[in-house]
Amino acid sequence: MPSIELKNISNFICRDVNLKVNDQEFLVFLGPIGSGKTTLLNIIAGLAEYEGSVNYGGHPVDLIPTSERKVGYLFQDLLLFPHLTVEKNIAYGPSARGVSPALKNQRVKEMIAFLSLESLAHRYPRNLSGGEKQRVALARVLAISPEILLLDEPLSSLDFKTAKYLRMEIKRIQKKFRITTIYVTHNLLEAEEMADRVAIIHRGVLQQVGSPEEIFFNPAGEVVSDFIGKPNILKCDRCRILAGGLVEVECGGISIVVPHHGNLIKKIAISPKDIYVSVDEPPGPDLNRFRAIITDIITSGSLIKLKLTLGENSLTSELPGDIFETLGLTVGMEVFLILKFKWIRVC
Amino acid sequence: MIKFNFSKIKWGILPIAVFLLLWELVVRLDLLPGNFFFPSFSEVIRQFYRLVVSGILMENFLKSLIRVLIGFTAGSIAGLLVGVLMGWNQLLHRSFHPILSLLYPIPALGWLPILMLWLGIGEILPIAIIFICSFFPVLYNTVTGIRGVDKKLIKVAQTLGAGRIRLLATVVLPLALPNIFTGLRLEAGMAWRVIIAAEMVAIPTGIGALMMRAESLLRIDIIIVCLMVLAIMCFSFERFFIYLERKFTGKWQN
Repeated sequence: MPSIELKNISNFICRDVNLKVNDQEFLVFLGPIGSGKTTLLNIIAGLAEYEGSVNYGGHPVDLIPTSERKVGYLFQDLLLFPHLTVEKNIAYGPSARGVSPALKNQRVKEMIAFLSLESLAHRYPRNLSGGEKQRVALARVLAISPEILLLDEPLSSLDFKTAKYLRMEIKRIQKKFRITTIYVTHNLLEAEEMADRVAIIHRGVLQQVGSPEEIFFNPAGEVVSDFIGKPNILKCDRCRILAGGLVEVECGGISIVVPHHGNLIKKIAISPKDIYVSVDEPPGPDLNRFRAIITDIITSGSLIKLKLTLGENSLTSELPGDIFETLGLTVGMEVFLILKFKWIRVC
Repeated sequence: MIKFNFSKIKWGILPIAVFLLLWELVVRLDLLPGNFFFPSFSEVIRQFYRLVVSGILMENFLKSLIRVLIGFTAGSIAGLLVGVLMGWNQLLHRSFHPILSLLYPIPALGWLPILMLWLGIGEILPIAIIFICSFFPVLYNTVTGIRGVDKKLIKVAQTLGAGRIRLLATVVLPLALPNIFTGLRLEAGMAWRVIIAAEMVAIPTGIGALMMRAESLLRIDIIIVCLMVLAIMCFSFERFFIYLERKFTGKWQN
């Protein structure tokens, strides 16, 4: 499968984007809505005008029309052809690409079986649920045996459970077919779950490219840091492996238990919104619960940011204004903190 | 297979039956002055039978039917072809859309005086009127249908490998069908209305001309027979295109 290279790409949204997506890599375009992620995807597919050059596998494809590029593009909206049955939707790509009828039928059957669409094959899109439509759209894209897969927020309209299931399906497909893949999302957690590398885009400018850990622990500038929620990053002095994928780390005089398998932990990170603040001692086991002192209170729109001293560490917590009012917090007050175990990231 | 919904048909026919019964009663009970101008329904049916047996009705009906079929078919095909070209080609659309916008609102009968001078009074005149009556609406609806196809679906087809011709044939035209059928359905009925009017004004044969002859002889029963034929033909043509639309698009349209 080819790599994708963008050289000095500019248009009405994007500004001088340079990026290389490696062969078989799963790259996620992450950024706020309207930042130019979809436009970049359209540029790669040949659906938008641009200046600069797009290369597949080292060869420029700027003059090759969309219909002749081996790109599978899954759009954000559920864009199945309404006048074709599921089976015919899937067969559309192979037919359009001149695949022989026998091979086309075989390919359609394979895709129907691969995505468990047997019972839906003769239905029209209007009789499908959102999740079913997405599976059909995915099958239709895969039926053309794409060398590059472009996925534009394909799960944004689905419920949590279906989206979670389909994320796993997409990862499975990407691994099985080893397709160079670009996935667009504005959801940080989705990006972390899916990506080999993440490319942060803001106002048409590529801000940072790296693994989710690199982005989270070394954000390149204020824009990236803002987007990922300005996490608290604590340096670990020591760590001790507990049973069952748990590690106890010591950071600035406090012990924190984190979920982790594998190597030693150098740093941990937790978002301000994932630090729970209470004036009363919370019930439950004494795990990742600490006493801290409020050193500053900053109002930021409808949110209140609390600066806290915890051992030798300075942390920031974030809570909605109405909850802040209810708790009656003031500078110098001692409060109880719970670090939400599930959302502690490590590197 | 067509499934009849007898309950629906019953409720559709009942008001017509009541109306015909009232009509018959009002005339028979002499509730209206001047019976001559208000023949009963049974008298109209008797006259219908006489006209059929004598061959007069069939002769005039066939003349009108052939004019409608030729004019409507030619106008619709021409409208469809030009509509596809204009809808699919941006340059053609930009060039000809202003002309279409100016010509489309002119009623078909508005062309009658100029066509009488250009073509003379003969068989070609009513066909030309029906052609115009069908051409512009079908053209307009085809252009609207093609240009109304979701641009994102076109992008999807392109990424799947479809070139322009395949895109037009397999995505754009099928999705424009509901609009095209709307044009055909409306104009199928309109063609009958226009042919009757044209025959009444300028052509000596056909159902419209028969009505004018009946009017000069004060034969209201014959006029009503002609109006009934017209109503049935308008209704049948419209239903035919509704049937075709459902057959081709009913399975997938919301």
